[in-house]
Amino acid sequence: MRGFEYYKPKTVKEAIELMVSLENAKFIAGGTDIMVLIRQKKISPQSVVSLRNIPELAEIDTKDGLRIGSCVTHNDIDKNEYIKKYYSALTDATSQLGSRQIRNVATIGGNICNAAPSADTACPLLVLDAKAVIIGQDSSREVDLDEFFLGPGKTVLSRGEILKEFIMPRFNENTGSSYIKHTRREAMDLPILGVATRITISITSGNEVRCRDMFCTIDSISNILERLKDEGLRCEDVRIAMGVVAPRPIRAKKAEAALKGKIVTPELFEEIGEIAASEAQPRDSVRGEAWYRREMIKVLVKRSLAKSMDRVIRPDEAIYPERLW
Amino acid sequence: MKKEITFNLNNEETTVEVDPKWTLLYLLREVLNLTGTKEGCGYGECGACTVIIDGKAVNSCIFPVLEAEGKNIITIEGLAKDGQMHPLQKAFIEKGAVQCGFCTPGMIMSAKALLDEKKNPTDEDIKEAIEGNLCRCTGYVMIIDAIKSVAAGR
Repeated sequence: MRGFEYYKPKTVKEAIELMVSLENAKFIAGGTDIMVLIRQKKISPQSVVSLRNIPELAEIDTKDGLRIGSCVTHNDIDKNEYIKKYYSALTDATSQLGSRQIRNVATIGGNICNAAPSADTACPLLVLDAKAVIIGQDSSREVDLDEFFLGPGKTVLSRGEILKEFIMPRFNENTGSSYIKHTRREAMDLPILGVATRITISITSGNEVRCRDMFCTIDSISNILERLKDEGLRCEDVRIAMGVVAPRPIRAKKAEAALKGKIVTPELFEEIGEIAASEAQPRDSVRGEAWYRREMIKVLVKRSLAKSMDRVIRPDEAIYPERLW
Repeated sequence: MKKEITFNLNNEETTVEVDPKWTLLYLLREVLNLTGTKEGCGYGECGACTVIIDGKAVNSCIFPVLEAEGKNIITIEGLAKDGQMHPLQKAFIEKGAVQCGFCTPGMIMSAKALLDEKKNPTDEDIKEAIEGNLCRCTGYVMIIDAIKSVAAGR
C-alpha cells in the first residue's frame, strides 16, 4: 500500500483549507468505505483529511425540525428516540445498515457523499424532504437532496466543499414514514431494493380510526385496506423514494401525484405500485434481475405505505412487533 | 513520515511511533505483538478484528491508526485479570462456543461491548451485537448460549 499523510483538522474551515491546498486529497469520515478502497488499491490518495475530530459536524439538533451533522454515526441516529418517533424511516435505515461495528463508526454524511444507488439513508432522507447544507471556501448553500445526486458516486459537491449537515422540517401530527430494505441477509448486505415512504393522512369519517387493530392482524395489505375503506382515510401528502432502481436514488413523483388528495383504497394502492414501478429503470446485477426488482417495487411501495400509515394510526406500536412488516 | 501517538491500551498508557498509513490492527498485531486480535477479510466484513474503542465495538482492520490518539482501547488480551479468565471467555469454553477459534476473540469483544451497555440483553440484542462477526464452524447457537449464560449469571 502506498503511503499517505493523515490530517486531523478541528474545524470545518481548517478542513476546507487543507483540501484546497493539498494535492490528490480525500476526505475521510467513518472510513468504512474509504479505508477499504485504499486497502484494495482502488484509490491511492496522497493525503487523507479526517472529518472525525470536528465537533460541529457530529451534532444532532431537534429544536426546530431536525438537523443532523454529516459526521453523526448510524449508531447515534439509531439510539435517538426523537428521530425514531418523528423520522422513523431514518431509523429503519440506520438500524439495518452493515453491522454493529460498522454502524459505530460509519457516518450518515459518508453514506450520502458516496452516492451509491444503494445508499440506505438516501431514500429516507429523500422522503423526509432533507436539505443538504454545503460549506465552501467562502460561501455556503442549501441543496435539496433530490438535486444532490448526479449519478453513481457523483454529487454536486465540488473540490473544497464539505457537506455540513442535513436539515429536515417538522411534519404534521398525522404523519408516518418508513423504509423497507429488501435483502437476502439481515446483516452486512446491500439492498436488492430499498423503498421509503412518508404519508400524512386525515380521517374524513370522524375523529378516530375505528378498526385500528386491523394493522396488527396477519392479513394481507389489500385485505387490511379493504376494511379501512369505510373509514375514509385521505392521503394529504406523500413522498415515495426508491433505491437501486436507477443510477441514483430517485423519487417516484408520478406515483406521489396519483396518491395525493385521494381516499386510500386497495385498488388505488395497486395502481400506485404500478406507477412507481414504471418510473424505475432497474438493471440486472448480482443481487437481483431487473424484472424481479420491478415486480418487487410494486410490493414494497404498498408495504412501506401501509407501514407508514400504521405508524400514524398506532404510534405506540406496542400491539404487534415491528418485524411483521 | 512517522508520528507519535498516545492512547490507553488495556488500561495502560501506551506511546508508539506509527506510520499514518497503518490500520489499528497492523499496530496491534505487527508492532505491539498483540496477536489475539485476528485479521480475517481485512475489509470490515467478518469482525475477526473487533476491538472496543471508547466502549464501542469497532473493526480495527479499517480503523486509521492516527484516530487511536487519546482513545481508550481494549483488546482480547485486556480481558483476563490476575491470571483469571473473563466470565465471557470461561462461558465460551464451557458452552462449546469455540471450534477453530479464529472468530472467538472478535466474537467475545462484540459480546463484551453489548454486556457493558445492556445488563439483560434479549436474544435479539445478542444476535444484533454479533451480526458483524462471521463464524463458519459453530452455527452461532453455542455462541449465543454462552453470551446468554454470562448475562444471566450476574
